Parts: sequence; C-alpha cells; structure tokens
Amino acid sequence: MLYDVIIIGAGVSGSAVAREVSRYDISACVLEKCEDVCEGTSKANSAIVHAGFDAAEGSLMAKLNVEGNEMMDKLARDLDFPFRRNGSLVVMFEGDDRSKLEELLERGRKNGARDLRIIEKEELHSMEPNIADDAVAALYAPTAGIVCPFNMTIAFAENAFANGVEFRLNTEVKAITASKEGYVIEAEKHEAFTGPETVRIETKAILNAAGAYSDVIHNMVSARTHHIKPRRGCYFLLDKTAGSFVEKTIFTLPNEMGKGILTAPTVHGNLLVGPDAKDIDNRDGVNTTAEELELVRASANRNLKNPPLRSVITSFAGVRAHEDSGDFIIEECPDAEFFFECAGIESPGLSASPAIGKMIAGIIADRFGAVRKNEYIETRKGVLNPASLSDEERSELIRKNPAYGNIICRCEMVTEGEIIDAVTRPLGARSLDGVKRRTRAGMGRCQAGFCSPRTMEIISRECGIPLYHVTKSGGASALIPNETLNDKYVIG
Amino acid sequence: MSEKISLTCIGCPLGCTVNVVKSGNTIESISGNTCKRGYDYAQTEVLAPVRTVTSTVRVNGGRNPVVAVKTEAPIPKGKIKDCMKAIYNIKVNAPVAIGDVICDNIADTGVRLVASAND
Amino acid sequence: MYDKRDIIIIGGGPAGIAAAVSAYDRFREAGIAKPSILVIERDKVLGGILNQCIHNGFGLHTFKEELTGPEYAGRFIDKLKERNIEYMLETMVMSITPDRKVTAMNRERGLFTIEAKAIVLAMGCRERARGALNIPGYRPAGIYSAGTAQRLVNIEGFMPGREVVILGSGDIGLIMARRMTLEGARVKVVAELMPYSGGLKRNIVQCLNDFDIPLKLSHTVVDIKGRERVESVTIAEVDDKLRPIPGTEEEYTCDTLLLSCGLIPENELSNGAGIGMNPVTNGPFVNESMETDVPGIFACGNVLHVHDLVDYVSEEAGNAGLHAAMYCLGQISSGSANEKVINVKTANSVRYTVPSVIRPDQMGDELTVRFRVGNVYKNCYIDVYLDDECIIHRKRPVVAPGEMENIVLKKEQLTGRKIENVRVELDINE
Repeated sequence: MLYDVIIIGAGVSGSAVAREVSRYDISACVLEKCEDVCEGTSKANSAIVHAGFDAAEGSLMAKLNVEGNEMMDKLARDLDFPFRRNGSLVVMFEGDDRSKLEELLERGRKNGARDLRIIEKEELHSMEPNIADDAVAALYAPTAGIVCPFNMTIAFAENAFANGVEFRLNTEVKAITASKEGYVIEAEKHEAFTGPETVRIETKAILNAAGAYSDVIHNMVSARTHHIKPRRGCYFLLDKTAGSFVEKTIFTLPNEMGKGILTAPTVHGNLLVGPDAKDIDNRDGVNTTAEELELVRASANRNLKNPPLRSVITSFAGVRAHEDSGDFIIEECPDAEFFFECAGIESPGLSASPAIGKMIAGIIADRFGAVRKNEYIETRKGVLNPASLSDEERSELIRKNPAYGNIICRCEMVTEGEIIDAVTRPLGARSLDGVKRRTRAGMGRCQAGFCSPRTMEIISRECGIPLYHVTKSGGASALIPNETLNDKYVIG
Repeated sequence: MSEKISLTCIGCPLGCTVNVVKSGNTIESISGNTCKRGYDYAQTEVLAPVRTVTSTVRVNGGRNPVVAVKTEAPIPKGKIKDCMKAIYNIKVNAPVAIGDVICDNIADTGVRLVASAND
Repeated sequence: MYDKRDIIIIGGGPAGIAAAVSAYDRFREAGIAKPSILVIERDKVLGGILNQCIHNGFGLHTFKEELTGPEYAGRFIDKLKERNIEYMLETMVMSITPDRKVTAMNRERGLFTIEAKAIVLAMGCRERARGALNIPGYRPAGIYSAGTAQRLVNIEGFMPGREVVILGSGDIGLIMARRMTLEGARVKVVAELMPYSGGLKRNIVQCLNDFDIPLKLSHTVVDIKGRERVESVTIAEVDDKLRPIPGTEEEYTCDTLLLSCGLIPENELSNGAGIGMNPVTNGPFVNESMETDVPGIFACGNVLHVHDLVDYVSEEAGNAGLHAAMYCLGQISSGSANEKVINVKTANSVRYTVPSVIRPDQMGDELTVRFRVGNVYKNCYIDVYLDDECIIHRKRPVVAPGEMENIVLKKEQLTGRKIENVRVELDINE
C-alpha cells in the first residue's frame, strides 16, 4: 500500500496534525516507536496553555501560541479533554528589573495576547496570598490556562483514528530513502515479547513530528542538517491536598534557558512545580537527578511562602526538543520535496499544537491539491468519569454496568468500568502507564501501590494476554518478567 | 578444637552480641548476653537452630493461584532449602482450609506441612 | 429516609473486625438481642493486609501462640461470623459526614448512603511511595513497595523480579527479603537510611543473617538506572543529616527495587469529615474512648497510628468498638464543654501519645497510653508526670522508634483532684 502521508511521531504535534489531515481526502498513517501515543515530551511537561507573550515578535512560536490558545475552548469541548483558563502571573521580586516585565507586556500585546496587564503588589498578594512577601508586581495574563496533556494528545489521536488515520505503534523509523513515488521508510516493529521485525512502508509524503528525534529523522533526507539539543526539566507533582496552594500559574521572569521554574495547579487538582533546564546529550534522558530536583525545590522555596513540598507524590523529568534555530520549524523541507517538518517543538508547543496541526495540514493539503472530506467526525468522547455524574445518574450507570461500581484505584477513585473503557476503546491502553494516562488510575498518592496488581489483571483479561505480559509502558518494561517466574508459577 | 561463634540475640530490641565457644557438641562458654533469655537463645541457636518455614503452594480451582502454607513446627535450619524444594513441587486442589495437612513429612523432617490460609 | 445502623465500621481488617466483635458483645451485655453493626470492606475478603502476611509471629500476646497472618485474621473472622455480624465486601466508602452519614458504592447497590449513630474508622494505612521519598533516577518497571511485592508473591503467585535491592529495613522489607530469597530471587542488599533498623531483631537474624543478605545502615538509594525495566540501583552512605556522601556510591545490578520506607495512615475519609489530625501520627486525635474530635466517630488500628504488632491493634480496636457501643447506648457522654479534660503532653523524644486527651470521668479503671520514641536509647527510664508529680519511673534497657511503648494509668490516679496535664517523657541521662 502506498500512503499519501506518513506522520512520524504520535506526540501532541503528530496527533494534532493527524487530526487536521484527516479532514482531507488524504490517506495517512502515524508511526510511533513507543507502545502508546503521548509517550515523549508530550507526557512530561508543564501542562500549560501559555498566553503568548514569551516568544519573539514575528516568530512562529508567537503566532501559533496565540492562535492555539484561542482554539482551546472549542477543542476541549469538541474532544472532551480537561482545560481551564486559570490565568498566569509572571512575578517580579524586589531587586528584579521592572523593565523586563514591561518588555513582556509590550511583546505580548504585539503578539496578540489579550487582556494582559501589570498588577501591583497589593492586588498581586490578594490574588495569590501564598506568593513570597517580596513579590512586588506581576504581569497578569487572564487567557493562560492549564490542560491535561495526555488527554489532549489522546483525544487528537482518537479523533484522527475515527476519521480514518491509521496508527502503527511500536514502530520505529530506522531509515528513509527517496523513491519514484516519494519515500520508502524502513522501520523496526518491536512488540513486547516478540522479536523485532523489519517493515517497509511506502509513502508519497512524510511529516516529521519526531520530537526530540526530529533532527535525526530530518537528517535522513536533508543535507541542511538540523540539530536538536535535548533540554531536560525535572518536576515535582504534589498531592491534591496542595492543589489549591496557588490558583494561577506562577512564573518568574524568564532567562536564557527558558521560562524559569513555575508553580501551577493541574486540571485534576494537584500542584505542579518545575521545571529546571539542563542541556543533556541523551534524548531519552528522562531521569531526575538530585541536583536538579534541589534546584526546583530551592526555587519554590524562594518564590512561595512555605510551599507544601512535604506533599510531593512523585517527581519526573521531561526532555524538551530545543532546536538550535530557537523557533518552531514548520515547512516543507527546502531540499526534500514532500518532506514536511514539524520540528523544534518545545514550549509553547503544547499550547500551539492545535494551530501547528492546522497550519501544516494546510500546507500538505495544498501540495496534494486535496479536498475536504464530506464526512468528518468533529467530536470525540473521552473515558467517562463517573465522578462527574449526579448520585442518581451514577447509580443508574452501575445498574447498567456494575463495573462502574467497583473502585480499583482508591486514591483517585477510578472504577473498573473506566479502566475497561480505556483498554477496549480504539487506540486503547495496553499498559499500566497507558491506563494511568487515560483514567488516572495509579496517579494518586499511593502511586499505584494498591491498584497495580488489580489493573494488571484487568488489562490481562480484557486484552487476552497472560498477566506476565502486562507491561508498565511496553517494550521491556514487563512488571513480572517472564524469565523470572518460578516454574511452579508459570500458568499453562 | 574449639570454635568461636558470634550471634545477635533476638530476645528483645537490645540485640546483644552473644559470643559462644563450643567444642563439637559441647558448649564451653557463653558471654555477652545480658539476661537468661540470651543464654538460652545462644545455646539452642548454636546446637540445634530451628526455623518455621512459611510459603505458598499452587492451588487448582481456588480463588487465588496459590495458598499459604507453613511447617506445623520449626524444622532444622539446615533443612530450609530442602523444604522449599519440596514445596515448589506441591500442587493442591481447592477447597483448602486452615490446618489442612498438605504434606505429612516435609523434606524428611518428620514435620507436617499445613495450610495456613483458606482458599 | 436513609438506611440506618447503630455502628458502621469502615474497614474489615484486624482493627475493624475486633471493633465489631467488642461492640457486639457490649450491645448483648446491654440486653440488645440483635445489635445493628455493619462492617464495610473494600477487598474481596475480610482480614485486610494480614491475608498477605503469610509469615508467622502474630498473636503471641493475644493467643499465646505464633500464628501466620491469615491464621490470626481467621480467628477474628470466625468470631465475627459466630456473632452473625453484618459485613459488605468489595464496597468502597466514598465519603463520611460529621453527622455520620456514610456514602458507599459497590457493584450491586450502586451509590448508597447509610446513617449511623456511631462510626469506627479502621481503614488502615498505605506504604510511602517512591515519589514521596524523592529518589532520583529513571522511572522504569520493577520498583515496587514491599507490600505490593508481598501481594504479588503470596496472593497472586507471581515473582516481581529475580535480582533485588531493598530500601528500608522495616519489618515488611526484611520479611520480603526472606520471602523473595526462598522463592529463588537473589537479594543483594538491604539499605537503611537511619543508623538503626526499624525492624525486629528477630527479623534481622532470621530474614537477613540466615541468608547472608547484607544490611547497610545509614545508606540510601541515590540513583535508579534502566529506562524500561530496572537495570541497576546505586546506593550511597549518608551523613548525620541524612545527606548522601559523595564518593560512597555503590552500583548494584538488579531488576527490582523494593521500598519499605514507612507507612502512612489512610485518612482521606477522616479529612473529608473535618476530623482533627495529629501531624505527628497522620492519624486523628482521640480521647480515652478512642473517639475523635467529631462526636460519635471513633478510630483504631493503623488509621489512628501505625502499629508494630497486630495484637495491639486488636486490643485498641476492641476498646474503640466497646466505646462506640457505649456511645450508642448512652453509657458515655461526648465532648460537653464543661467536662473535665486532661491533656497528655510529650517531652524528651516521646513523639506522640494515643490518646492525646483523657476525660477521667469517662475512663475505665485502667487506661493504656501508647506512644513511640524518636531515637534508639539504651538504659533509659520512661517517666510519667501528673503536672509536676512523677508517678511512673520505669527502667527500659532499650527503646527504639520501631517499637511501640505503653504505660498504664489508673483511674484513681487521675480523679479526686485537679490535674491539668499528664506528661510522658524519656529520662535518658543515665
């Protein structure tokens, strides 16, 4: 089969592009090296929808951030993912340079971010009583928001899937060669518990959305090399008891490494603190380090009054795909026809993703002279959250499907019904982490201590795989490695 | 030829280091203990140490794939491995109740292996 | 309009069952033929965590013999069933209110609310997870809390790994070191952050020494390698402020890291009802009747404070159940403002006491006050003062944070005169 376009990478960019491409009469397939969508940078970031004042005027980052921000309300409704405009504050403290705050305000206005204003000490402290006492002013951006990056990415992917886009997971691109029709991709398929298998995929066009690997993919076809510098950031996630410590997203004045260490509530009611910024060599270097976590801790202690860091329930790290040019690269590759780029997507990539998808899908459609399909499914329903129902509705749901009466994750109160939904829906979860991202089972304060054996049983039953083939996140992440089973425990 | 053995007493949280000198099966001296319990413990532990072994055996048709078992009495410490090897190979059928005899004489110790849970 | 019960007990582990049994017996003594008691349990079976604690050593105080966890639980479950006390399995309590409405959910009944005259909290505790310990490194498969691994091995019949490093030398960690070894795993080291082990001496000897497993005190995990599955764990020595000492790192190749780093009472329901919490125990403040600061809501077992021996859980829970029944029967009063109250204070390394307030008029002839200390001390005294008068001066050859201590107060000591405070402290200047 010859595809019109192969999208490499099922992060938020690749998934957003897939959804936008699926509006057109274009055959598309997404290749993802991991076992699930939303596995790279898209799953480990600040979960922020930025207002749009950070990026340089005239940059793609600035334009697409503001556009993406404005698209977010309708998208969240259409695609059923959590999003809330909680507003953000860039706080300056005694001794900081006030002109930098004014610069941000000015830039934001030029970028088109709405309703920005500088607020003074009194208003700031009444807005956010837990900010450190020496905070003197802040840039207030009411349009900034918070989002669930997992559900947003999964929603894009599921909606793209519903509109005919194929997804091949566990499929890692190894080489790309130009061909008469376009390109031939050589990929390695590595399903857990089976040996790797080489597959050839033919396509007319390629969209590179490979995140921290986008330079590697690009350099397979282009002589004008890209260079991604992986930039790691470590975070603390705090218990829901700390979730209302701040209401708005609290930034400090930015520096050359990024927007500084922020504190923000999450859409699920936790508190997030981070990230630091450390340039590293390993694109998969998502390990936290003691030094970096200490930086994050020190920053929180500097900017906030007695931040409740005792309530940390987990720490994690993400790698931003910082491209040397410093801006998003969204174009058809100048020296490789029908090879489209969606590269260097670091912050504000999550905020911009809807606009990125629209822009690049437009470029691709123009190039193909493609027309919009008549039948297009605009909306998608997420995994039903019974907690959003009234008591009567919830009881009715349990009468119809008793699995919704069985709590599996007691910290987040996730039921068996939700987990079954997450596993059995199209592009469903196959691993503990996949279930966690879709339902929050295991994301609470005990961090899956109680529920993981029970979630494993459900995955095993619903997917028809043995318990010891259930993984944490695909690949070699078996929870009960087959080779370590005692003979007596190998169930025939 | 006397042999010196150093033990940690398990009688209480103090955890005295008790030094025993023995020759063959005769104890020549015990020192370092601060109470009678330490003396008795050292004597048994040096001459004939015993342990209760607790584990699980596979169960067919039960609620769970395995059911807990224990040696009804402590067995010689040196027999723990043999006991486990024997346990690996045992399969029982549900129902199993606490106290059911799983094996009459586990690893030739003369001790019975009994179920310690219901399934 | 709501279903009603006299007492609802939340949790069907050792605490909940013991509370139910003693409440039942008190109702019967009061001439009530069919006491109205309901135990709500979230698991498929009664017995709680004891079901997975298949090692022996339970019940020496209660039954004067050494039982395994399921056997100990079995004896109490028998008592519950002999009395025909009502219980619901696979039922999750979603919320409780200060006026004692319990909302729960299960497959059969959906979401439902029952109103109680008294509630006994017996939800137990959870294990401290990796995130709360701030261990840096990757987040691969193969990192389990010791209790999760215990469940996998002893209930589900699966081995979570073959080459194991254990952080934390509490009893669960030690027990799992032996259990994994017996099932053919290689436990390479047990690291303990503190300069002493939190576990029983007996477990150090029989779970570690018996199998030549090294115990490294004053050590912690400083790195976890492996992106998909654990590939190695690095431990390092810590200084007296518990900070890792650079240059002392040792890397252990392994596929599994077990964490046994403390237990946290599960008080989310209690918090929802606005019950006052002791920040030291993470459990509710209770009075001599095991009653929280919300009238008619009692607490016992590991949700109140983490215990070392289940025997003490049963005893304390029996006391809570008894008083819950007495509360329903109008045999004890509840928190009137002009009632005489003695505060129990702590000093000199005594971290907390349970109870923390005593109403002498409401107490029985004797009251056991349980507490824990903050460090290991040898040849010290436990002192109890009534205001400035020392009434107990008891020698202890050793006290340790891992072992719960207790003192017994007599009613005659606390009545007939004005006492502001009882103070429990350690005299360590010997």
